[in-house]
Amino acid sequence: MPEVQVRKRVVIIEEIFHEGGPIVAKPLRRAAALAVIHNPYAGKYETEIAGFMEDLKPLGLEMAKSLVASLGGDTKVVEGYGKGAIVGQAGELEHGALWHVPGGYAMRELLGGAKAIVASTKKVGGPGTRLDVPITHINASYVRSHFDSMEAGIADAPRADEILLALVMTTGARVHARVGGLKASEVKGEDGLR
Amino acid sequence: MKAKIRKMVTFMEETHTEMGKPVSPPTRRAASAAVIENPFAGTFVGDLTELMEIGEELGSLLTERAVAALGIAGPSAESYGKAAAVGENGELEHAAAVLHPKLGTPVRKILGKGAALIPSSKKRGGPGVPLDIPLGHKDAAFVRSHFDGMEIRVNDAPRANEILVAIAVTDSGRPLPRVGGLTKDQIKGEDGLR
Repeated sequence: MPEVQVRKRVVIIEEIFHEGGPIVAKPLRRAAALAVIHNPYAGKYETEIAGFMEDLKPLGLEMAKSLVASLGGDTKVVEGYGKGAIVGQAGELEHGALWHVPGGYAMRELLGGAKAIVASTKKVGGPGTRLDVPITHINASYVRSHFDSMEAGIADAPRADEILLALVMTTGARVHARVGGLKASEVKGEDGLR
Repeated sequence: MKAKIRKMVTFMEETHTEMGKPVSPPTRRAASAAVIENPFAGTFVGDLTELMEIGEELGSLLTERAVAALGIAGPSAESYGKAAAVGENGELEHAAAVLHPKLGTPVRKILGKGAALIPSSKKRGGPGVPLDIPLGHKDAAFVRSHFDGMEIRVNDAPRANEILVAIAVTDSGRPLPRVGGLTKDQIKGEDGLR
């Protein structure tokens, strides 16, 4: 299997104190870990690509760990997560799909078996393309206060033969969440949904 | 604190390879940004002292965060830069008031010497406007390997009545510098230029 070649890594940390309403006692934090890797399948159609998922696992875990470190080092503060990929123009969307397993499982494993599916998005794009990474609660997808997203991107990536991989973690609800729905305090945590 | 901060964002980038050649150790840049309320939005005010004082506060706050993101001691920083984007109800002069009179002193206090002018840029724009923060060596502006720039953006800022203020700090120059000029080991460090 091809080796994972990383050109660049970026970490972005946002702290949100308010959004026009009262200043919150504990600011919401969102962090994104991005890695720009060479796309081993760029420029040609390959039938068998699934093996690359295995190769991406160590990188996924490393990125997930860097997110936890960025949020203070304690996995217990993580309440929301999401993932995504931008495939450079010499690749196909399916190459971005290779990130589902290694990206998602890395975070769920690190967070102690988080129950909810990791929300995701992907696209093909050029350098500077922005990705709105969707975010949901780590144990129950229906927690409405934690439906969120974080925009991320890198000015010079992905180049045509690259893939930009993204993982995102957050420490809580939207800063002024008030549209009802299932609350984080009501999560049963059995099926990953409620 | 005078500054009314809605949000803070920190960016850290590492370049591991360029054109397939390893960059060892990786070059690293960090930027820290604050989204603040513009106290003078929507009206002409002659005396901009308040924004100058906010600049002084942000000089230390943002530099501390950028240095922390790099995980280095302040004096180990090699280059720096600053920039601001004013929301549509503000003036370019508001960015100037934040950036120029008082922001530099606390930056230099944290980074050690800082004999060179801190390169800067400013603009007016809407949410998500990219900010290209110019970078130059902190002790000798003519060090050619350290002429650089770092793009950042915050998708929801600046709103019309806000200012996005950013400081970038690096522990290195460009990834594979080879266009000659003054090198960092030739710095005299007397006049801030060479």
